[in-house]
Amino acid sequence: MTLTVSNLHTHFFTRAGVVKAVDGVDFQIAPGEILGLVGESGSGKSITGFSIMGLIDDPGRIVSGSIRLKGEELVGASEDAMRTVRGNRIAMIFQDPMMTLNPVLRVDTQMVEAIRAHEKISKRDALARCRDALGMVGIPAPEERLRAYPHQLSGGMRQRVAIAIAFLNEPDLIIADEPTTALDVTIQSQIIHEAQSLCKRTGTALVWITHDLAVVAGIADRIAVMYAGRIVETGDIDAVIDTALHPYTVGLLGSVPTSNRRGERLTQIPGMPPNVMNLPKGCAFGERCPRRSSECDAEPLITEPRPAQAVRCFHPHGQGGKL
Amino acid sequence: MTVFVLRRLIQAAIVVLLMSMIVFFGVNVVGDPVDMLVSPEADQAEIARVIRDFGLDRPIYEQYWYFLKGAASGDLGNSFIFGQPALKLILHHMPATLELAFAALFMAIILGIPLGLYAGLYPDRASSKAIMAGSIFGFSLPTFWVGLMLIMIFAVWLGWLPATGRGDTATFLGIEASFFTRDGLSHLILPALNLALLKISLVIRLTRAGAREAIQQDYIKFARAKGLSTGRIVFVHLMKNIMIPVVTVLGLEFGSLIAFSVVTETIFAWPGMGKLLIEAILQLDRPIVVAYLMIIVILFVVINLVVDILYSLLDPRVRLGEQGA
Repeated sequence: MTLTVSNLHTHFFTRAGVVKAVDGVDFQIAPGEILGLVGESGSGKSITGFSIMGLIDDPGRIVSGSIRLKGEELVGASEDAMRTVRGNRIAMIFQDPMMTLNPVLRVDTQMVEAIRAHEKISKRDALARCRDALGMVGIPAPEERLRAYPHQLSGGMRQRVAIAIAFLNEPDLIIADEPTTALDVTIQSQIIHEAQSLCKRTGTALVWITHDLAVVAGIADRIAVMYAGRIVETGDIDAVIDTALHPYTVGLLGSVPTSNRRGERLTQIPGMPPNVMNLPKGCAFGERCPRRSSECDAEPLITEPRPAQAVRCFHPHGQGGKL
Repeated sequence: MTVFVLRRLIQAAIVVLLMSMIVFFGVNVVGDPVDMLVSPEADQAEIARVIRDFGLDRPIYEQYWYFLKGAASGDLGNSFIFGQPALKLILHHMPATLELAFAALFMAIILGIPLGLYAGLYPDRASSKAIMAGSIFGFSLPTFWVGLMLIMIFAVWLGWLPATGRGDTATFLGIEASFFTRDGLSHLILPALNLALLKISLVIRLTRAGAREAIQQDYIKFARAKGLSTGRIVFVHLMKNIMIPVVTVLGLEFGSLIAFSVVTETIFAWPGMGKLLIEAILQLDRPIVVAYLMIIVILFVVINLVVDILYSLLDPRVRLGEQGA
């Protein structure tokens, strides 16, 4: 396994109370595998990503749990040790390419420093590697782009640069936090395609964080659906899309417009995600769930009703209730 | 770039011309210098002679035209009191003021930026809050009072530093300044600190605000995610972004350091332009006042231009040449 996250709890200690942004998350990811981490805003998917990077700032901190990268424990590692991991063994791609590159530094500066932070290498060799990386992500005339400032590049181009930076040090794992949300649909699919083929080629594992099920369906091998700081359903992408088990996943799938349900009304999930500062007792989805019963006042445990598909629910679909 | 500079120069010339009008007419409606120039026992004929000598019997637009003609050839008139060219007198006093202003600017930078950066990076520490509280004092206490307090504490009570005047100067690389002697430096510290206090506070607040804003930005998070060292993140990624507003404001403030050193120079008896101006105002020595104001106007215009150019060097998004000015 490239990465094993078990029972991760990341809480934020604010003046108004404790925000349990991530509250018991488990997942694994193998080399070359792409995991889609799906959820609404505030479900804790980004915080999970930042926890893996060791980039949780005050007032937040990882309260308990374990994050092991190729067997090496990252929770509780020193800041210095984490620095050598970040950008080197785990890289990250952010949502808004307009904001992630420093506006006053040239592309080459920002790429070369990413290499030189982790290995002793001459500037010329580093530059050559940057040029190759830009070519790899499909940037034409990389030599020229290297000397450009971020504002001279388009959004899609900038995201390609960010992806090139992520792959520069051939990391074991890349965490991509909604990397295509801010882009045009046509650029989106290009970027997705490129990320996918790069991962397969280099054996880099990829966690693709998004709220967009259509994107996940296009890229991921496996999917993990998060709700209120927990994973409520996980499994192979085709299995989950075809026969979702958790009522929340079913609701999410129902709210995506698709061409084979033309003319039908889109279903909505009623209500709002709960306030993570003040979670209801039992199942966090209970208040919005059409299948709720008195049983749901207790905490549901994760079960595996079907092979390679796990769900945290007392009344999963697929058993009597059809999609 | 050339087009940009040329256009700015033309704009500057218009500003200077307009300012010369305002200054000349403004100064000429205040008081009657003749009263100050002739002895109280002078008779009417004597007074009339003085008025004629200084050209004050002419209509004011004619005086202005005369002044403009002189100004075009670098002659801003003769001082009523000293009988010497006003420009020469001011330029004679200028190095002292420039020295004071540069020392103050230097202090503002080497104290203001690190303190502001610290307060911005660690906003919750007690020391940061103390820095910010101190900067409020720097803003709100009047310069003259702070000057008096500095003299009282460091010159009178502690006796560490001299209270007034400019110390020994030495010439180095053709520049005569008190930076190069111990005595000169010891005379410089108090007035420079007094003049710098407001600017230090300003730089602290600007730097802190810039740091607080920049640290939230994704590009800082991204820089951290690349595994860069804290030093590189702060001094390259953060600083380059913070410096844009700081350089702009400091540049503009440099003009005001020179222009408003009047108070500090008066308190510390610093023989600069400001002291000359105060004496000229008291004695209604109009040519000196006009010449001083004209020099300040030109100074501001030049500084603005330099800041614009510097700004474009710092911020690639406003490279002037690329957009055809």
